Amino acid sequence: MSEELLRTVLHGEHLRLNARMVEFGGWDMPVQYTGIIDEHRAVRERAGLFDVSHMGEFWVEGPDALAFLQHVTTADVSQLAIGHAGYALFCRPDGGVVDDLFIYRLGEQRYLLVVNASNIAKDWQWIQPFASNFAVTLGDASPVTALMALQGPGAEAVLASLIGDVAVTLLFHGVAETTLLGQSVIIARTGYTGEDGFEIFCANDHAVTIWQALLAAGATPCGLGARDSLRFEPCLALYGHELADDINPYEARLGWAVKLSKGEFVGSAALNDLKSNYTRRLVAFEVTGKGIARGGYAVQDTTCNPIGVVTTGMPSPTFGKPLGIALIARAEASEGNQIDIIVRDKPVRAVVVKYPFYQSRYKK
Amino acid sequence: MSFKTPANLQYLSSHEWILIDGDTATVGITDYAQDALGDVVYVDLPEVGTTFAAGAEFGVAESVKASSELYLPAAGEVIAVNGDVSQQTDLVNTDPYGKGWLVRIKLSGDKAPLLDAAAYTALVDSIKH
Repeated sequence: MSEELLRTVLHGEHLRLNARMVEFGGWDMPVQYTGIIDEHRAVRERAGLFDVSHMGEFWVEGPDALAFLQHVTTADVSQLAIGHAGYALFCRPDGGVVDDLFIYRLGEQRYLLVVNASNIAKDWQWIQPFASNFAVTLGDASPVTALMALQGPGAEAVLASLIGDVAVTLLFHGVAETTLLGQSVIIARTGYTGEDGFEIFCANDHAVTIWQALLAAGATPCGLGARDSLRFEPCLALYGHELADDINPYEARLGWAVKLSKGEFVGSAALNDLKSNYTRRLVAFEVTGKGIARGGYAVQDTTCNPIGVVTTGMPSPTFGKPLGIALIARAEASEGNQIDIIVRDKPVRAVVVKYPFYQSRYKK
Repeated sequence: MSFKTPANLQYLSSHEWILIDGDTATVGITDYAQDALGDVVYVDLPEVGTTFAAGAEFGVAESVKASSELYLPAAGEVIAVNGDVSQQTDLVNTDPYGKGWLVRIKLSGDKAPLLDAAAYTALVDSIKH
């Protein structure tokens, strides 16, 4: 059963930095270098650098690239100009979420999709049958592509010190093909932390040079632990927690990412029905009793009836108190409502609060 | 990385240490445990006067990433709780065998299966491989 874990091209760099390594979705990844709280603060206050090369990259090219993406995703990709990126979902015919993804438009008929590491094989299989009806070429570049996320209010200055104005002029959700340290890269002003920042795609061969240069320019190396706490506070969904095959976008508060007005697409009929007819909803809560909520813990109303489950919970590094996200009965989801989280067999009181906890600070 | 495992302590395989001194003992978590947990941000400890069986859960330590139940290496009654740790949880990380101690107990006899420092070091090495 001891299957060999996958390694990103930056694996040796993580070991050199004495990172604590953990298994994540079949990959041997750094969970922290010095500590999750230090790394979390580095991103909220300065600039942090993450290796996210485990994520999947699919190229979609050809005369029908747009029509194909309109069909298989929930986004209105016709509104995406060259040099821009947007959030989208793959949905099943029943409206469940196959995965969430970012779509980067790099040319007239050329798009890059970034999907979750744990869903690369599933997504690749999911989109194949639809592709046969379109004049489109799909390519899985995941094994040959490295991806680094440079995030935080200081990210622009760090990147600008290596690449100059490109870092400054790139707009929120903008994407550009350029050169960095003499190598071809794709740089996008996107991320998953609630802060301004960039994601840098490059060929595996160039990743170590770029990684070392960004650290030398002042970025703090950050692991998956801080990535999770940073995405948790602005309530950015993580597949397998806030999103799953049996959770629909309206339950996950992602109705804004479903563009029913664009016409029919995979899942559109079911989503049209679900839009005004869903029974559960993600809520943000603060634990007011004694205990820490964790993903998977049961949620009850105050008279012990089961109403849902915690999707993510932890002591928030920014707010210094235990917070959580839960998927619960919609009738219980209003702000101010009292709920109980079952922590080690005992109910611990919590209150539904404003969603999200942390207002993202993007540079728009 | 190598972890401290003082020779004068005994250990549980669940990474608690115990320092026995006559009929009382001091208990905490090991250097390996604090490192594995990461920055400790909450510690839930019992009230003075509570009695526990050997090996019973007596509290919880929580980091951003994980919860870890705390097990008592020997049966007894809690006679002191380290209040400093509730106020300054990073003592568990910075000084797990000193200022980061958790509870003192009056021993009542039974002990859970304890490891000496060499056996515990071997256990930690086998986890790290």
